[in-house]
Amino acid sequence: MTRSDVTIIGAGPAGLAAAIEAARAGAKVVLVDENARPGGQLFKQIHKFFGSREHFAGTRGIDLARKLCQEAQELGVQLVLDTAAFAIYDGRIVAGTTPKGTVQIESERIILATGAMENTFSFKGWTKPGVMGAGAAQTMINLHRVLPGSRILMVGSGNVGLIVTYQLLQAGADVVAVIEALPKIGGYAVHAAKVRRAGVPILTSHTVLEAKGEPEVSSAVICQLDDFKPVAGTEREVEVDTVCLAVGLTPLAELAWMAGCQCEYLPALGGFVPVHDERMETTVKGIFVAGDVTGVEEASTAIEEGRLAGIAAAASLGLLSPDEAEERMTAAWERLAALRMGPFGEGRQAAKEQLMKVGKAG
Amino acid sequence: MSVAVDGFPSREELRRSPGYPSEERLDRGACAVIECVQEIPCNPCETVCPYGAIKVGQPITNLPRLDAELCKGCGLCLAVCPGQAIFLVDKAFAPGEALVGFPYEYVPLPAAGERVPATNRAGEVVAEGRVIRVVNSSRNDRTPVVFLAVPLEVADEVRSMERRGQKPRPGQGE
Repeated sequence: MTRSDVTIIGAGPAGLAAAIEAARAGAKVVLVDENARPGGQLFKQIHKFFGSREHFAGTRGIDLARKLCQEAQELGVQLVLDTAAFAIYDGRIVAGTTPKGTVQIESERIILATGAMENTFSFKGWTKPGVMGAGAAQTMINLHRVLPGSRILMVGSGNVGLIVTYQLLQAGADVVAVIEALPKIGGYAVHAAKVRRAGVPILTSHTVLEAKGEPEVSSAVICQLDDFKPVAGTEREVEVDTVCLAVGLTPLAELAWMAGCQCEYLPALGGFVPVHDERMETTVKGIFVAGDVTGVEEASTAIEEGRLAGIAAAASLGLLSPDEAEERMTAAWERLAALRMGPFGEGRQAAKEQLMKVGKAG
Repeated sequence: MSVAVDGFPSREELRRSPGYPSEERLDRGACAVIECVQEIPCNPCETVCPYGAIKVGQPITNLPRLDAELCKGCGLCLAVCPGQAIFLVDKAFAPGEALVGFPYEYVPLPAAGERVPATNRAGEVVAEGRVIRVVNSSRNDRTPVVFLAVPLEVADEVRSMERRGQKPRPGQGE
């Protein structure tokens, strides 16, 4: 059995940041990920990030991924790749499955940074080849350099829908339209403006009724919505070979559930999320959380939460003085607060505060 | 017409925003035009401006405020804006002609001297533009900036050019 001070599950932005902070404090860190290389979704984020200088604003996700991976490596973080963590026993043993069999890692502290999974929704023909998650399409174009199709319908105008639309255009596809069930665009106006400038219509109060074609998608039927109900007579068929669904994400909280961490249902954070305190510790002592698993946000917020969890885990092992830990965590909380302001951040900030209040009450 | 429904800011929303220079300033020469009308946490434009012409301050969700008198029209903010919401407009470029600069992250890139379809905020072709230069320095970090000469009367409309190699799409501009 492998032994470590801190085992982190998930090597995306939250897990990498947690690993860097814990290792910098002197902890022996094991970072587990089911993929063949670390970075999580960062490597497919080829766009420049928002924020300010301390949030790496203006840096592309792919470059940030390289920087974080290099930093983790230099600090001696042990990577355990191609390993899907499937269980946590006694709050201290992580079990994982690899192509060669199962592994167990025993550690003093565990940080869950498992991220989130794309949502989908069902409509007639939604199982046909050609209907896929927007994140899947993004993986295809930006990691594997394969275009999923040449004429695409994007369902959902949140930031994921808008960013993937833009990147599909960059990759050489045509996006016929972005449709949105709500009467207004969900994502940042600047992302919407980029795809509008490229001639892509954004149809609010619209949904997809059916994906047609045999065997794969050759068209889609869309229609207008009034108060989320289809308006009769507004159906029209658009010629597309791909329908991308960008309809939100759900935190991957299964391991937290299994470990007995209290979870709370907060729609603003994407569903059931593990309750945590200001040190990112869950209701199970020694298990910490960071990133989308405890509320779907962005890579930049995930990094700050990861830093918090890494610092707190190291401090709880006596590797940092309380003053030192306090100082570093205060700085991370200030950076987080800046990212959770404004009309888009306020809801998440309020939900996060609620989550931590539950943690205290428990 | 509003940014939340159309996906691009209306004339009114732009006029109200603190990043849009005055007509009088634009007539005098090259100036940044900031089309950032939504409070998101972001301030690289403030950090990059060597003349202190863009202020965001605290909190970083403030809309960027342009002091057009300090702006020298250097265009550094165009490539650094993660939202690609800053443009360069020079209405004193040539008689009857304006220069419009915009970020353009598509391949193939146009070359100086080429004539290309210039598009507005809705992606509709509104004029023919003449490519004056394409800036793609390492400082731009893979966000090329294309400068087009366009008829003066469309200087406030042109914000991009048609992507190249694309097929005509039915329903475009709806």
